[in-house]
Amino acid sequence: MSLHDQSSPEFARGSYHEASRSVQLDRRDFLKVLGGGVLVCLTPTSAWTQESGRTFGGHELPKDVSAWLHIAAVGKVTVFTGKVEVGQNIRTSLAQQVAEELRVPFDSITMVMGDTDLTPWDMGTFGSRTTPTMGPQLRTMAAAARETLVQMAAQRWQVDAATLTAADGKVTDSKQSRSLTYGELTRGEKLVKIVSSEERLTPVTDWKIAGTAVPKVGGRDFVTGAHKFPSDMVLPEMRFGAVLRPDGFNATLASLDTSAAEKLHGVQVVRDGDFVGVVAPDAYTAQHALSAIQAKWNVPAQPSNEGLYEYLKNNPESSGEESPQHVAGSVTQAIASADLQLENQYTVAYIAHAPLEPRAAVATWADGRLTVWTGTQRPFGVRDELVQAFHLPAAQVRVIHPDMGSGYGGKHTGEAAIEAARLSKAAGKPVKVIWTRQEEFTWAYLRPAGLIEIKAGARRDGTLVAWEHHNYNSGPAAIGTPYDVANQIIQYHPARSPLRQGSYRGLAATANHFARESHMDALAHAAGLDPLAFRLKNISDTRLRAVLQAAAEKFGWGREKSTPGRGFGMACGTDKGGYIATCAEVGIDPASRKVRIRRIVEAWESGAIVNPDGLRNQVMGAIVQSIGGALFEQILFANGRILNPHFAQYRLPRFSDVPRIEVVLLERKDIPSAGAGETGIVGLAPAVANAIFAATGTRLRSMPMAPLHKEQHASSAQFHS
Amino acid sequence: MAEFLLHVNGAPLHVNAPADESLLSVLRNRLHLTGPKYGCGEGQCGACTVLLDGEATRSCLVAVGSVANAKIVTIEGLEQNGKLSAVQQAFLDEGAFQCGYCTSGMILSATSLLQRTHKPTEQQIVEAMDGNLCRCGTYPRIVAAIQRAAQSMPAKGASR
Repeated sequence: MSLHDQSSPEFARGSYHEASRSVQLDRRDFLKVLGGGVLVCLTPTSAWTQESGRTFGGHELPKDVSAWLHIAAVGKVTVFTGKVEVGQNIRTSLAQQVAEELRVPFDSITMVMGDTDLTPWDMGTFGSRTTPTMGPQLRTMAAAARETLVQMAAQRWQVDAATLTAADGKVTDSKQSRSLTYGELTRGEKLVKIVSSEERLTPVTDWKIAGTAVPKVGGRDFVTGAHKFPSDMVLPEMRFGAVLRPDGFNATLASLDTSAAEKLHGVQVVRDGDFVGVVAPDAYTAQHALSAIQAKWNVPAQPSNEGLYEYLKNNPESSGEESPQHVAGSVTQAIASADLQLENQYTVAYIAHAPLEPRAAVATWADGRLTVWTGTQRPFGVRDELVQAFHLPAAQVRVIHPDMGSGYGGKHTGEAAIEAARLSKAAGKPVKVIWTRQEEFTWAYLRPAGLIEIKAGARRDGTLVAWEHHNYNSGPAAIGTPYDVANQIIQYHPARSPLRQGSYRGLAATANHFARESHMDALAHAAGLDPLAFRLKNISDTRLRAVLQAAAEKFGWGREKSTPGRGFGMACGTDKGGYIATCAEVGIDPASRKVRIRRIVEAWESGAIVNPDGLRNQVMGAIVQSIGGALFEQILFANGRILNPHFAQYRLPRFSDVPRIEVVLLERKDIPSAGAGETGIVGLAPAVANAIFAATGTRLRSMPMAPLHKEQHASSAQFHS
Repeated sequence: MAEFLLHVNGAPLHVNAPADESLLSVLRNRLHLTGPKYGCGEGQCGACTVLLDGEATRSCLVAVGSVANAKIVTIEGLEQNGKLSAVQQAFLDEGAFQCGYCTSGMILSATSLLQRTHKPTEQQIVEAMDGNLCRCGTYPRIVAAIQRAAQSMPAKGASR
């Protein structure tokens, strides 16, 4: 048990020399492994279409291929994409679209996803991009594969391809009453076809497999415990690693005594500058060894929750003058001449993603080649992080993503992967690292906190005339107003965040909708107009009008008046191609001021629906998740430390927080499908804030609106005006 | 380190572990039963739930040394001869999951509830399940799945 001092190793010098013999399955080997059949690759540039029809041998595939699809001799279809499944159901919805265009039964398709050796490069799974980008790409590829198979049949039968039809995994010549299965057609073939996105796609109105409620692929494995999540991966000889964490952010190591840890049986302490980790034969001993390490850290003084929003406003990221994203007309003049003027500030706290599966990775080195199984929304991004950390060529690093215990925008990075790889390298054995919940709360990144200032003007009749919206730090997503306003200033001001922050489901669309829709509600009340009528008066976007009217109708908006104990509120908006309107009913105990969300109606429209059951599940889940940020989730911090890094102190929405929820899906088959994983989250907070105002006359402008006190653990949250 | 004889999913299993190691850690890391999940290590999320003599129990809070005489059932032990339990089948039929990480704990908590209370009201379901977190927010479907399972189970002597 020796201390492996690696204080100036390859991480620092960039001189990694180890006899490295590639064991990578390169693309050509990969095609050999696939065996015969037809391989269709998709590239966005049409130049490659000239290259189609080459055989596998010696063929260099284009670098910019975004997906590929293989049809094996038995008719089995394998689709390769760098996107990852994290619970949003794209393993199912993408396969549906391939089955549709290829004309094969759904269960003949296998999706290989998020494996940097096997799938084409992909930026990552975020921003609701899978459905609008990868969906059409896979459809294009599948349509090209189908056309290729029809051509092959036409050639074999010496008939005109136009007389043949493809259906149910077969090409049929109905005139001659003969057919060939795709397997029969591809047997003995070694054909590569490279296509660009110019194929004719099946109209949505003709969809038979896409557009239906196909159950989640692999569903059975989730109810039997058979599914292997990243944290479940096991390798032979695998050891368990754990990493010593500083006492606070930006801390430096002052002193270290690892002697007690090193005396533990089988324990290896790994040190590399301020990185200190342990490797042990089992998980218990790893944690035990970690707690036996004596370390002192110097933690510098740092900001806290107190005064956070002033801090964000006064600490811009850049020193120079920033220009607004959007300017129209003259806000100053329009406000000066408006009948109604309203100005206010809104805030949102830092919140944690808290995926139930924390960061986890298993790393192994063989012949200088690193392979890591890890949960991440960006397998290729994590590969790049590993390449950089260990100074390896990209071909020497493989990242494999087993469908993980979700991320919600919180797993773009590869911390656990790098830690497992470092420890594995030092130990000479595969190592697993799973973050504790406290580590996940403290050392991952957070949804940005933010301050939003809105100034608006309207005419007496409710016509909006001016809108000025400034967002400090929280982000620019959905910052533009969907309302018709002639005079606008819209500006996002990046700030120097005291805490590590990053992506989160919906990004700043939640914060910007909270502020905008609260402000719209306040304007409606100031004008003496019904919030629905006021909104409709200022919206010309027909899609937004449609969801607003659908939600209002289902909710029974206007049927009853709010009372001090019962309030009704609404909100609407659009982002990332999704349109949403939310109506909320809250119950309030006037004496204790405890608030409970009783009913939510959310109308949703995102173009053509690929899988109505999956879509409903996503929208419902987003609504439930948004309850936390709206009412009680917030990270508390001081001097570089997170003060509530446990579920006992950081409440997530539970069964008892969930109201009656009705999701109304509107479909526009004439509009391409948008992604639906995120925008469902934006409507609840402002709708609830507006309902609380309707009941009590109190306008809550800070998320969370009813933060829990430490001793509180009830299903209803109390708010303070 | 000591040797313990555990009764897991109907089978006697010998395991060497420190007496104070959590049952969750022993199941996952020494017995390779990875159905029970780590979510918090503090009994707050329910992802690690197993049945201990039929009772839903947070395996992260139980020391292996204290369960030598108990009958332990993990998610891997619910399926009988290739047939899913009523609760498993109901979760599948309702699509009551997204990422699926909480699912094994949810199913075992629900199994325990339905053994005690054959036809629970919605309020009883919410109260019994409130210690299980689903960050994806599929609670309404999980409630529906438990109601479906209750309907499909024999009225008396409901078993897993």
